[in-house]
Amino acid sequence: MSIVTLQLGQCGNQIGFEVFDALFSDSHCPQRLCSKRENEAYQASCKERFFSEEENGVPIARAVLVDMEPKVINQTLLKAAQSGRWKYGQHSGFCQKQGSGNNWAYGYSVHGPRHEEPILNLIQKEAEKCDSLSGFFIIMSMAGGTGSGLGAFVTQNLQDQYSSSLKMNQIIWPYGTGEVIVQNYNSILTLSHLYRSSDALLVHENDAVHKICAKLMNIKHISFSDINQVLAHQLGSVFQPTYSAEGSFHYRRNPLGDLMENLVPHPEFKMLGVRNIPQMSENSLAYSTFTWAGLLKHLRQMLISNAKMEEGIDWQVRPPLSGLPTLGKTSLNKELHFNTSIANLLILRGKDVHSADLGGFKDPALYTSWLAPDNAFNVWKTQRAFSKYEKSAALVSNSQFLVKPLDVIVGKAWNMFASKAYIHQYTKFGIEEEDFLDSFTLLEQVVASYRNL
Amino acid sequence: MLTKQRGPGGPAPSRYGNEETPVHVHGFLTEKLSLNLDKSVTTSATCGSSVTYGTSAPSESAVGEPGGCEGRRGLPRSLGWPPCSMTQSVVVQGKLRVEGGTPLARSQAASFATNVRSVSFLSLFLSLIAVGQCGNQIGCCFWDLALREHAAVNQKGIYDEAISSFFRNVDTRVVGDGGSISKGKICSLKARAVLIDMEEGVVNEILQGPLRDVFDTKQLITDISGSGNNWAVGHRVFGNLYQEQILEKLRKSAEHCDCLQCFFIIHSMGGGTGSGLGTFLLKVLEDEFPEVYRLVTSVYPSGEDDVITSPYNSILAMKELNEHADCVLPIDNQSLFDIISKIDLMVNSGKLGTTIKPKSLVTSSAGASKKRQEKPFDAMNNIVANLLLNLTSSARFEGSLNMDLNEISMNLVPFPQLHYLVSSLTPLYTLADVNIPPRRLDQMFSDAFSKHHQLIQADPKHNLYLACALMVRGNVQISDLRRNIERLKPSLQFVSWNQEGWKTSLCSVPPVGHSYSLLALANNTCVKPTFVELRERFMRLYKKKAHLHHYLQIEGMEESCFTEAVSSLSALIQEYNQLDATKSMPVEDLPRLSIAV
Repeated sequence: MSIVTLQLGQCGNQIGFEVFDALFSDSHCPQRLCSKRENEAYQASCKERFFSEEENGVPIARAVLVDMEPKVINQTLLKAAQSGRWKYGQHSGFCQKQGSGNNWAYGYSVHGPRHEEPILNLIQKEAEKCDSLSGFFIIMSMAGGTGSGLGAFVTQNLQDQYSSSLKMNQIIWPYGTGEVIVQNYNSILTLSHLYRSSDALLVHENDAVHKICAKLMNIKHISFSDINQVLAHQLGSVFQPTYSAEGSFHYRRNPLGDLMENLVPHPEFKMLGVRNIPQMSENSLAYSTFTWAGLLKHLRQMLISNAKMEEGIDWQVRPPLSGLPTLGKTSLNKELHFNTSIANLLILRGKDVHSADLGGFKDPALYTSWLAPDNAFNVWKTQRAFSKYEKSAALVSNSQFLVKPLDVIVGKAWNMFASKAYIHQYTKFGIEEEDFLDSFTLLEQVVASYRNL
Repeated sequence: MLTKQRGPGGPAPSRYGNEETPVHVHGFLTEKLSLNLDKSVTTSATCGSSVTYGTSAPSESAVGEPGGCEGRRGLPRSLGWPPCSMTQSVVVQGKLRVEGGTPLARSQAASFATNVRSVSFLSLFLSLIAVGQCGNQIGCCFWDLALREHAAVNQKGIYDEAISSFFRNVDTRVVGDGGSISKGKICSLKARAVLIDMEEGVVNEILQGPLRDVFDTKQLITDISGSGNNWAVGHRVFGNLYQEQILEKLRKSAEHCDCLQCFFIIHSMGGGTGSGLGTFLLKVLEDEFPEVYRLVTSVYPSGEDDVITSPYNSILAMKELNEHADCVLPIDNQSLFDIISKIDLMVNSGKLGTTIKPKSLVTSSAGASKKRQEKPFDAMNNIVANLLLNLTSSARFEGSLNMDLNEISMNLVPFPQLHYLVSSLTPLYTLADVNIPPRRLDQMFSDAFSKHHQLIQADPKHNLYLACALMVRGNVQISDLRRNIERLKPSLQFVSWNQEGWKTSLCSVPPVGHSYSLLALANNTCVKPTFVELRERFMRLYKKKAHLHHYLQIEGMEESCFTEAVSSLSALIQEYNQLDATKSMPVEDLPRLSIAV
C-alpha cells in the first residue's frame, strides 16, 4: 500500500525533500547484510510505499508540494531533479505569489478556502496513482502561517473527503524561542485543529534535533539542512519496510495502518514521538561497535527518563514498583521524572535482529494501567540494516513526553492572550477570541489527560 | 560600451553558452542594466575590466585587478558589477547633489533631509513611487543599489522572480502597455515605481541622469510650485489636486504586479510635500488597496533643524502615520550623520589596518573615503537605501528561513498603534576577508543592539522590547543565530507577555561586497524620547501661535487639526509610558483555564 506525502510550507517542503532523499538512498544502497533477494524485496516495498515510476525509469515521489510563495518549491523541485536519482512529479507542486506572513488565520481562513480546489485536485491525482492507498503523511511546521494554517485546513478537508484513509501529521515543533514571535498562538491553533481531524501527530522538536546535531553528530555550524537530515533519518527508520511477522520474510503492507493500530488506542491520546539509537557522525561510527543488549538498554532508559538522545540520560529514573500503590515520594518522583507510556513500537533493523531481548520493554510498570502490556508493546524487525548502521533501533512512542513542551506553549500563549497582544492580526482574518478559547480548552484537556496517566 | 570595458578578459566564455550565445546575453544586459555606466567610463582602477554578467568563473572575474581581488575570490559572483556601478553612482551623486562638493555642516545635513522625501512602493513584485526631493534622492540611491545587487546575483541575465520583485521587463519596441515580458532574457528593466514631487528639480535630474531609463514618464507626477515647507499645502492642496492622477498611476503600477504585497513610502517628516502629500497618500492607499501593507520610512527632523515649521509638519504627519500606516521605520539625520562620521574616523585613524572595502554598504556609491567626506548625504541616503534592500532581501532571494514582508508587522506589531520599529544595520563596514572568524560575526550581533548603530537616536538596550526581528543575509547558519540570541538575551529586557519575542530570517544571498549582514528591527519603547522631544518643540511654537496663520489659511485646516494631532501623539506616548511602567514588575504566569478531569 502507498502513502501520499503532503509537503506544506517552507519547513514541510525542505523536510519532505530530505525524507524522500533519505528513503531513496537507503533503499538503493548495495545489499546491507542481507541476501540479494531480500534486498530486492525491501526496495520494492519501499518503492510501493513512496515512489511511482514513469517510463524513463526515474522514480517519482508520491508527493504533493504546497506553499504560498514560489521560492522554496522551485528550489525543492530543482534539487530533486538535479539529484538525477528520483524526482517529483511534473505537476505535483502548487504555489502562489504571496505567503501567509506567519499568520495562522491567513493560511487557514484565506489561503485555505481560496486554493482548496486546486490543492485537493493535486492530492486526488496523486492518490489515484496508488494501487491502494494506505493514507496521507502531512509534513508541516506549526509555528509559521502556511504549513500550520493551511495544513490544518487541508487536513480537515482530507478528513471529510478521505474519511477511510489514515492521516498522520508530521509536526515540527518550533524552537522555544527565536523563530516566529506569534509561534505559540499559531501552535495552539494548529494542534487543537489537528487534534480534531488527524489520526496521529508525530512530533519532532527543533530544540531536540538541534541538540542531536550538536552533541551526537558533532556538527559545528548547524544549518537547517543538517537538522532536516537528522529528521529524515528518524522518519526513514520508522517508515522503511519491516517484516510483517516474526520469522516471515514478507514485508509489512500497511505501514500507516499498523502503526496507528499499535500506537493510538484512544482518540484522546494521539501525540507520538520517535527516539533513535545509535546516531553519530561517520567518523565516530568507524570506531564503534554495538550489541543489541546495549542499544536496547539505552533506548529503554531514554524512554523512561524522557531523553531525546543517548547522551545525558538520567540513569536514576526507575519505573514505579509494580503492584504497589504510587504514593508519597514515589508519586512525586514519578511526576517529576518517569515518563509513562500508553503504547510503544520498537523497530529493529540489522544484524542478528532475532537475538535481541525485548524483556525490558514488556514491563507493565512502563505502561498505563488500562492497556495490557501485550497490546501496549509491539516490535517490528528486519535483517536489512538501515542507513550506515549495522544495527539500529527506533522507538515510536505514545507517552507523556510532550506534556511539558505542550504545557509551556499553552502557558506562553495564554500569557500573551491575556494581554490581548497580536489578537487583532487574527481577528482581521476571521479567527476570533472565541476560537482561541476553544483551542485553549481542548489543549488544557490534552495536557491534563496525559499528565494523569 | 561594456565590451570595451571588459578589457583583458574579453567576452569571456559563458558557462551557459549552450542555450544562447554569450555575447548575446551580454549585449542584452549590459545595454539596460548598465545604463548608468555609460556616463562613467572615465573611471577607477577597481572598476577595471571585469564585467561578469554571463560568466561566473572566479578566475575570469578577477582578471581586472588581481591584487585587490585576491581576498574576494570566494565571492566571484559579486565581483563584476559593483566596481563599475560604483563609478556610475558617483555620477549619480554629481548630478543629484545640489549642494555640490562643499563640506557640509551638521545643520545643513539636517536641513537636507527635511526637503527630501519620496514615496516608494513595493510589491512582491516590488514597485516604488517616489515623491518629493528627499524621497526621490533616497529612491535614486535605492534603485541604483537594487540594480547592482540583482546584477551581481543574477549572472545569466535571465529575468527571474527575484528581479521581478523590483523591475518589470519591458520590450521597448512595443508601443503602449503591451510590452511586458514575464520570462526569458532581460530586455529593458523598468522600476516598479512612481515618482512624485511638487517641484521639478530632483525628478528632472533623475530623468537626465544615468537612471533615466528605468523610469518612464507614465511614472511621474510633478508640479512646479512646491509645498513651501507647509504640511497643509502638501496634504490638503496638492492632495486634493493630485488625488485622481496619483490614484491612476498607482493603479497602473499595481496592474503590472502579479501580486502586490507592500507599499514602501519614504518621506521626511519636517517638510511640506513629503510629510503632507506623503501621508495623504497613506490614506489613499488604505482606501484603494486595503489588503496591501503600507510600510513607511520616515525621516525625522533633528533638533537643529532649519525648517522652522518642521515641528508642526511632523506632528500633523505623525497623526496620519498613527492611523494609516502598518509599520513605520523612523530614521533621523543626526544618527545617520553620526554613523558616517564614526566610520570616517575609524578609516582615517587607520584603526582597521586597511581601507574600507570599496563595495561595502556605506561606500557603495562613493568610491573612496575622501569623496565620502565631501558628500555625507549620499552616504546617508545610501544607508537608508540599504535598509530597504536588506528589508526586502529575504522576500526576494532564497534562504533557509524566508521572511516575507507581511511577516514584519505580523511579528513586530502586537497592538495596531505601536507600529514604530527602530532599525539598525550591521556591520557598517567589513574588511576584505571572506572567511570570518566567529568572534567578528558575533560582534555584528552585539553592535546591532548598541545605541551607536541605531538609525534613530535611541537606546534599545536600556528600554523595553515588545518584539525584535533579526534579518540575516549571507553565510550565517541557524546555530550562529541561536548562539547570539542566547548570548544577548540576558542583557535585554522584554515585555512580560513576550519574553521570547524573537523573529529571525536567513537569506542566503549576502549584500554585494559583504559576506554577511544583519538588519535588526526592534519594537522598543526607546522611540518614545523622539516623540516626546517632538511634542516639546511643537508646544514651544504652538504656545506662541507662531506661523500658525500659514496653515489656517488653507481650506479645511482649523486649530482643532493641531490639537487632535498633538493628542494623538500624546496617546501614543502614554501607551509607551504604560509599557515602561511594567518594566520593573516581576514576570508571573497567569492562572490558566482549569479542566474538570
